[in-house]
Amino acid sequence: MIANLGFGFLFIAFLISLYAIATASYGIRTRSSVFTESARIAAEVEFPLISLSVVILLGLMLSSQFQYTYVFRVISQDMPLLLKITALWGGQSGSLLFWVWLLSGVTAASFMWGKTKQMKQLTPWVVIVTMTILAFFLFMVLFLENPFERIWITTAGQVVTSFIQPAGTYPVFPSAGIGLNPLLRNLGMVLHPPMLYLGFVTFLIPFAYALASLITGKSDSQWLQVTHGWSLAGWIFLSAGLVLGSRWSYDVLGWGGYWSWDPVEIAALMPWLTATAFLHSVILEERRDLFKRWNYVLALLTFCLVILGTFLTRSGVLSSVHAFSESSIGPVFFVLIGLILVVSLGLLLWRWNQLAGSGELGSVFSRESFFLFNNILFICIFLICLTGVLFPIISEVFTGQQVTVGAQWYKSTTGPLFGLLLILMAIVPLSVWGASTVKGLGKTLWKPAAVSLLIPLVLFLFGLRSWEGILGFWLGGSALCILGFDLLRTVGARSHALHEPFLAACFRLIVGNHRRYGGYLVHLGIVLMALGIIGMEFFQVQTQVTLNKGTPVSFKQFSLQFEGLNTLTLANSNEITEAQIVVNQSDGKFFTLSPQVENYPKLSQSVTIPAVRSTLAGDVYIVLVDWQPFSTSSATFRVYYNPLVAWLWIGAVVLILGGLFAFWPANPKAVSEQKP
Amino acid sequence: MKPLQSFSRKVYSIVIAISILIEVMAVAVNSVSAQAQPTPSDDQVNVVASQIYCPVCQNITLDVCGTAACAQWRESIHEKLAQGETPAQIKNYFVQQYGDRVLAVPPRTGLNWLLYLLPAFILLAALILSVQFIHSHRVTPANSVSEVDEPTKEDRHE
Amino acid sequence: MNDPLAAGAAKTPKKHLPIWVFILAGVILLGFLVLLATGLLLNRQQALTLGSRVEPFSVTSFDGTVISTADLHGKTVLLNFWASWCTTCVDEAAILEQAWRKVSPDQKIVFIGVDYADTEPAARAFLQKYGIDYTNAPDLRSALSQQFRITGVPETYLIGGDGTLSGIKIGPFTSLDELMTFLGQK
Repeated sequence: MIANLGFGFLFIAFLISLYAIATASYGIRTRSSVFTESARIAAEVEFPLISLSVVILLGLMLSSQFQYTYVFRVISQDMPLLLKITALWGGQSGSLLFWVWLLSGVTAASFMWGKTKQMKQLTPWVVIVTMTILAFFLFMVLFLENPFERIWITTAGQVVTSFIQPAGTYPVFPSAGIGLNPLLRNLGMVLHPPMLYLGFVTFLIPFAYALASLITGKSDSQWLQVTHGWSLAGWIFLSAGLVLGSRWSYDVLGWGGYWSWDPVEIAALMPWLTATAFLHSVILEERRDLFKRWNYVLALLTFCLVILGTFLTRSGVLSSVHAFSESSIGPVFFVLIGLILVVSLGLLLWRWNQLAGSGELGSVFSRESFFLFNNILFICIFLICLTGVLFPIISEVFTGQQVTVGAQWYKSTTGPLFGLLLILMAIVPLSVWGASTVKGLGKTLWKPAAVSLLIPLVLFLFGLRSWEGILGFWLGGSALCILGFDLLRTVGARSHALHEPFLAACFRLIVGNHRRYGGYLVHLGIVLMALGIIGMEFFQVQTQVTLNKGTPVSFKQFSLQFEGLNTLTLANSNEITEAQIVVNQSDGKFFTLSPQVENYPKLSQSVTIPAVRSTLAGDVYIVLVDWQPFSTSSATFRVYYNPLVAWLWIGAVVLILGGLFAFWPANPKAVSEQKP
Repeated sequence: MKPLQSFSRKVYSIVIAISILIEVMAVAVNSVSAQAQPTPSDDQVNVVASQIYCPVCQNITLDVCGTAACAQWRESIHEKLAQGETPAQIKNYFVQQYGDRVLAVPPRTGLNWLLYLLPAFILLAALILSVQFIHSHRVTPANSVSEVDEPTKEDRHE
Repeated sequence: MNDPLAAGAAKTPKKHLPIWVFILAGVILLGFLVLLATGLLLNRQQALTLGSRVEPFSVTSFDGTVISTADLHGKTVLLNFWASWCTTCVDEAAILEQAWRKVSPDQKIVFIGVDYADTEPAARAFLQKYGIDYTNAPDLRSALSQQFRITGVPETYLIGGDGTLSGIKIGPFTSLDELMTFLGQK
């Protein structure tokens, strides 16, 4: 009964979305604010309504109502409370409902808070755009992937799932559920999908305002200014989501890596690439009235990529470890993509000549040129990723041959471009708006560049011979040197001019310009992450070895000794096998690592849980190989040494903090002074 | 020469020939077994396995795949390495058995050339378009701001 | 600075882009959408439909004999995709063999088992364990599984004597009755 209520709320929400579209359209035509207001209120009401539905589903899940198909599939009694809540997005239909909920939340928030609230002229069009997207998703949830479906059994003994009881069937009340896939029973599952989905969904707002601005023909930058906060927030969530996914993969999957260039990972990376380019090109429109049309392109493209990525992930078109089980929502998603692509492209081309900016580029070495290069690089990387993701589809459609585009192709095509971005990121803080010459730039750069040359020197003296490693570290190091130098110079100038003590000047400077110094902090985070990436990509060492009890084996600067393993059975009948390995370091100290294998006999599946010892210099990472026989006297392990990988996570935290700092509104007095 | 003598000569030469043949074969067999690979280590198997994708799983290479089928494939890589096959030969065998999708990158035949050419094309197009953009948006000489060698304090604070 | 000649020579910006831009963009977008749509259609389960024509193919069995559908002269073919690592294939192995024993004397139906993504020793062991004596062949280069667009194993296809698809079964047969009905023998 209560499930019917949950479905009912969603159905009403669907009708309201149609109502909002119709009312807003009518209000626009008749220029009547009564109708447009009603449409806006309808859009705001969606959120509490859908929230009720979500609460009901959660209630069903937490009270183990296994007669509902979704509950049966993702919940089992032995799952802790936190995982049961997490299971809301653990399966296709639940995660679609979660999407719908977030969409409605973001839409309501944009009408109720912040600068977007004030853009009255665009509101009706934004209502139409957001409610159309919501209507599509609600349609999918209501009629194709219904989380409130029940399990029935026919008189012939066949099991059927459906929302309405089919004729000649009886209800089924299973006593236990299957539960989440063991690989998903992890903290990563609690954090990664919500962050990622929030990131995706937030880009609906810049998209909607960009479209509204194109439709109404307003050629000023207001749409950009009011949605800037949303774009930044979306970028922060998306970055957090990607990093969390990466960390989860590192912690659980046991292949010692953090990014496998899997098509679904790339589907989430592509909007991040265009969003990052967008955050930079926005600055160019604000400061130099350049890239006006390009900003429309990026705002529209980012959300289109979000929908495209979601389509590719959920429709079964891509072959991937992340792919959801196949479903019938593919065609509906396809119609949605077609619609938003056609509308976006059509409007963009229609208004193209009316939107030109008046800005001009200074010299090729001016700051605006560097921003241009930055955007070009990001877009090239994005297009290359798109090629790689689409190529297996192209191959299968045109030649019938299935092919794989593996990590190596992506690394060799995008690697150099990321390197160029790192160089650019290093130089830009010292570049100047307007004209600039090579000589001028060189004059400012030579001091920090000279300091940075110490880095390859020191590395070489320490015995590093890999040229990629030296180059990579030098690039990162010089970015830091230049950043530091610029900060020192600016603070020094300020403290000298205003007669402030150095530290106070530093503090006031940073606090007075959130966007700029938040951006610098983000760049610092990137450099630290680059450190970790270089360590992993060029210096990771791994081996698979069978250890016998009592016989130590040497691996890099460590000596590994297998001490034995023991198995214990948990209350939920899972078996955990834990191996003990003593790792002796060359300086005499030692530590113990305990990689585990957890066997879920009810699901005939087992997961390996790696044991990791993390230091700033590198991680020792050991996995108990569960496809080889193991006993108390010998077992097979995969052992990795992952240099510098901790910096990847540290850098990510710095990146997020930088983003948050940039996002944080400064006090109004200082706002007018803020220029990146 | 008397017929009996020439006959015994023939027999003699045949015996010599056969013993030489046996000797040569013995040496050849010895040298083959001397060249035979020692049992390949797990790492050697994994190096090859990491270049081959699992035919039935989704986007996983054979060295990290945990299924029973993958274990069988690693076993066959192990056997082939022990018999002296090169990684290229092993990869070829997998392609013949399961198709091109087991390779990390498609072979450079037919339509697959698109995959290798497109990145270069994208970069080229980007270069051309950006040059065009810079050119069309360049500050004209009559309007140019006087070139600044040192960034001013104002510029830096902004 | 205000060169009248230059001002006159400056282009008056047109209100809209030329029509060929719209057409070109439209064509590219349409191509992209068609690609996605085709990819979607290909990947759905049962991408093949009943009645569609099946291209003739030939297979080389584990013991070396070659069977070509073109040479079968109008006999019905039951094509069963399986693998030794597939747990549900075990369930239907015995059923398939029983059905084969029943229909083979009539010589009107041919059973061909296609071993998908498997290793030969494991396949032979499987065949021996379940006493299967109809033709079985490895799916070299995964060509047949791609031709039939299978999305997993086991899957069984019935190809009529006229070369069109007359039966599709996704998943294992659960009883001999079910298989015999599928063959149209009941």
